[in-house]
Amino acid sequence: MMSIAEKDLGTPAAEGGKRVTLTIDGFELSVPEGVSVMRAAALAGTRIPKLCATEMLEPFGSCRLCLVEIEGRKGYPASCTTAVAEGMVVRTQSDRLAGLRRGVMELYISDHPLDCLTCTANGHCELQDMAGAVGLREVRYGYDGVNHVYPRRDGEANPRFVAKDESNPYFTFEPSKCIVCSRCVRACEDVQGTFALTIQGRGFDSKVAASQDDSFIASECVSCGACVQACPTATLSENSLIEYGQADHSLITTCAYCGVGCSFRAELQGDKLVRMVPNKNGHANHGHSCVKGRFAIGYATHPDRITTPMIRNSIDEPWKIVSWDQAIAYAASEFKRLQAKYGKFSVGGITSSRCTNEETYLVQKLVRAAFGNNNVDTCARVCHSPTGYGLKTTLGESAGTQDFDSIERTDVVLLIGANPTDAHPVFASQMKRRLRAGAELIVIDPRRIELVRTPHVEASHHLQIRPGTNVAVLDALAHVVVTEGLIDEAFVAARCEKPAFEKWRAFIADPQHSPEALEGELGVPARTVREAARLYAKAANGAIYYGLGVTEHSQGSTAVMALANLAMATGNIGREGVGVNPLRGQNNVQGSCDMGSFPHEFPGYRHVSDGAVRASFEKEWGVTLWDEPGLRIPNMFEAALDGSFKGLYLEGEDIAQSDPNTQHVTAALRAMECVVVQDLFLNETAKFAHVFLPGSSFLEKDGTFTNAERRVSRVRQVMKPKAGYADWEITQLLSNALGYPMHYRHAGEILDEIARLTPTFKGVSFDKIDRLGSIQWPCNDQHPEGTPVMHVGEFVRGKGHFMLTPYVPTREKVNARFPLLLTTGRILSQYNVGAQTRRTANVAWHNEDMLEVHPHDAEERGIKDGDWVGLSSRAGETVLRARVSSRMQPGVVYTTFHFPDTGANVVTTENSDWATNCPEYKVTAVQVARVDQPSAWQQRYRAFDRRQQQLLPEAGADAGAG
Amino acid sequence: MNIEHLVGMANDICDYFAAESDRDAAVAGVAGHLRKFWDPRMRTQIIAHLRSGGAGLSELARLAVQRLADDERKVA
Ligand code: SF4
Ligand code: SF4
Ligand code: SF4
Ligand code: FES
Repeated sequence: MMSIAEKDLGTPAAEGGKRVTLTIDGFELSVPEGVSVMRAAALAGTRIPKLCATEMLEPFGSCRLCLVEIEGRKGYPASCTTAVAEGMVVRTQSDRLAGLRRGVMELYISDHPLDCLTCTANGHCELQDMAGAVGLREVRYGYDGVNHVYPRRDGEANPRFVAKDESNPYFTFEPSKCIVCSRCVRACEDVQGTFALTIQGRGFDSKVAASQDDSFIASECVSCGACVQACPTATLSENSLIEYGQADHSLITTCAYCGVGCSFRAELQGDKLVRMVPNKNGHANHGHSCVKGRFAIGYATHPDRITTPMIRNSIDEPWKIVSWDQAIAYAASEFKRLQAKYGKFSVGGITSSRCTNEETYLVQKLVRAAFGNNNVDTCARVCHSPTGYGLKTTLGESAGTQDFDSIERTDVVLLIGANPTDAHPVFASQMKRRLRAGAELIVIDPRRIELVRTPHVEASHHLQIRPGTNVAVLDALAHVVVTEGLIDEAFVAARCEKPAFEKWRAFIADPQHSPEALEGELGVPARTVREAARLYAKAANGAIYYGLGVTEHSQGSTAVMALANLAMATGNIGREGVGVNPLRGQNNVQGSCDMGSFPHEFPGYRHVSDGAVRASFEKEWGVTLWDEPGLRIPNMFEAALDGSFKGLYLEGEDIAQSDPNTQHVTAALRAMECVVVQDLFLNETAKFAHVFLPGSSFLEKDGTFTNAERRVSRVRQVMKPKAGYADWEITQLLSNALGYPMHYRHAGEILDEIARLTPTFKGVSFDKIDRLGSIQWPCNDQHPEGTPVMHVGEFVRGKGHFMLTPYVPTREKVNARFPLLLTTGRILSQYNVGAQTRRTANVAWHNEDMLEVHPHDAEERGIKDGDWVGLSSRAGETVLRARVSSRMQPGVVYTTFHFPDTGANVVTTENSDWATNCPEYKVTAVQVARVDQPSAWQQRYRAFDRRQQQLLPEAGADAGAG
Repeated sequence: MNIEHLVGMANDICDYFAAESDRDAAVAGVAGHLRKFWDPRMRTQIIAHLRSGGAGLSELARLAVQRLADDERKVA
């Protein structure tokens, strides 16, 4: 069922500016060329009856309900599949048409249950509406003929009847209500690109089936919900809709999971959330979504949520429930005490990409203005900080260059270190659509990710490199470009700095960078590398997409610069269809970076030593600001361990699970005297905290998120904060208690301040976003409506700057003790540390982290599928179950990190990117062995976890007690 | 802070800048990077470490930390 708030014009809009004039029912109108007669009529307010057509899909023309009469044409063409033409004269209504339509409806209804009053879709069912629209008054065939409706017929089991499929935790399939319009099948193919559904059988016997007549959960279905949205009847319905009934109003907000930043309509009854429906007008997702954003929202009301502030003196004491005033006063007095005792620089803060721009901005403001230092960092440190460094150095701005829609003009996609079908599913669907339409794909990844081969998509090349050799492979690609004369000389001459380019050209032309010289290192045939380089360089439009598989390495920043070099050298930047596109992990990674949550930069990526910039902040904030860089997250841990860093304010970030070398992190947390955690749940870090401030979910507050395409979208409050305050209000309370006053009445005022102080945000405001739907920064006087594609005509820094990219193998090397390489990643249904998704029905797809091992390595170690295995590195050891899988190459193992008990980060090391200290999650030398008990770390972890749960107050206790 | 980690980080930065054929530019690059991204207490510590022998620092790292020390004196 589509959104209650959207009108379905029947067929998709058409691109292009030309218009044609036609007459419909005697009225002349002008519509865009290429649209259907159905859409033209709908634009003029005439709704031609329809069933198999919907705006989200190309028309199919099967139901024959939308027939019209067109002057000069024989018969009754279907208006959904007939394009408008100049001078066309259409009649949408006549006695003949009415008769035909009634006949069609009569057939449908004769094989459909008549339980409208108790049906989920009641009031929003297209079949019901059409029966009304065509004036159906009787069904002459009766209901007891051959049918799909009743389980029994003539006392026998009805072979055509198929029972409900309730295997998917979020939606139900009730085949007896199906009208076989195939909208679901087409949605799964065209919109999602999974091809999980088929129409089986012919004629009256045809029916919808998931895969080979599997249940939905057992099929290839990824639970994106596109079919549910497309279904005109109750056949595919959200379980929440079945449970609660139809919503009465809706609000537009933005998904709080991944960096695609899908726009949703939250459909509500009062303040009860009935369902989330992707917004057709959403600029990032165009009406599509994935299982997380659409369905995995139950965590917001999960009983594990902590909704009262709590404090304690030491982490071995029970938590004490206190009032907000007491908690804030205690936290503030502790920070003041620590600063008095250990100095101004002994405390700091960490912001999260899960928070809004306004919240992140406020935390860094609190650190800089109230703490008086620059010890503020964000979780982007551990994911995309190399993107910021690498793109700023080469192109001049720390952000991706394109909008998502740019891919519609791409001819060759170079995808490296990213697995979009799992991590950025909605963009992956768009990419797959483009690939099905003929664009070519190069995948560079140690794993055989899904896009290498999936229905109707096959990569032209898969460079299955050894983990840790990104820079080597990019240098080899560049070497081919340089030595085979594939450089776009005109572009480079016009747009890039000459001396730096010449230096780079000489450097990269050195035979040590040839694919042949690097063949052994990469484990990829030189010929494949050469062919891939040629394919990308010769493409009319070549676009690079990359993810954490590029950044989370000891050479992450070098690799990002290598990508920018490649794009510049081949002229693939500065227009639609090309560019260098980081796929951001969490929803607001881009925003948290933009908002100045780095210890060396103010909002807008301006260094703290820049006197003029600092002066502008000092003037607005009314304080003197520190002009030296502060501590990064890993530096904070080091400083905590040496006793010079004592207090930390964490907003929405779970460093004890997400950061590498867990035991090092928890030792650092234990060494601090005041850890303040602001979060929804007692997360791993909160177990080491002294103050817990209950935060609010994205449904409970106003603000903005900025997605991977620099798109700023609104987050809207759908329900009141469960604990009383939105996160920005909590930061404000803390700041006031620290003696630095803040008086924002609404999140929009914070954004206004950001706009005043940050040139790239100059034109951004709640009002403007409300008007335009979303805005891509830079948004300023030159680009008042934002900037979809950057570096057009000129780079942000002026001339593009080629950087040298020496390949330096990581220090993390395999040896006899640790002979395998571990690399980490994520899967579709779970999100990051899993704090949210683990508390939803998404565990139906993934309820534990598994270690993927190549059959060869498994056999050598006597490991079978499902065995418990110990995974050890020089940092630590953990135990998890093995999955034997040939997606891996021999010598490489893989796991996810969604469950704390797995402790994948117990084994990752503190090796990090040379430029930004982004941890090297993607390469760890490990050994794997069969075991039959949890690791020592896990045993300690479980005991500690149990103890910390016991220290929580009884459920139901409230602040009055404090 | 753990000086071995700081030394390791400084050497990692040098591994990148070592590709620069102009030695002076490489030294300036590393020194500039430390100045721009390292908290003052880390810089003070690495400079002190160089003064007391600089164990573990690569050759380029030594030159760069020396350059950093000279620059900081000028600023101060
Ligand atoms: S939920 Fe998505 S993947 Fe599953 S059948 Fe429907 S459209 Fe296909
Ligand atoms: S399940 Fe719904 S969308 Fe699919 S064919 Fe049946 S009625 Fe149409
Ligand atoms: S998780 Fe990402 S792709 Fe899925 S709905 Fe949310 S923003 Fe969209
Ligand atoms: S709506 Fe046109 S044929 Fe079904």
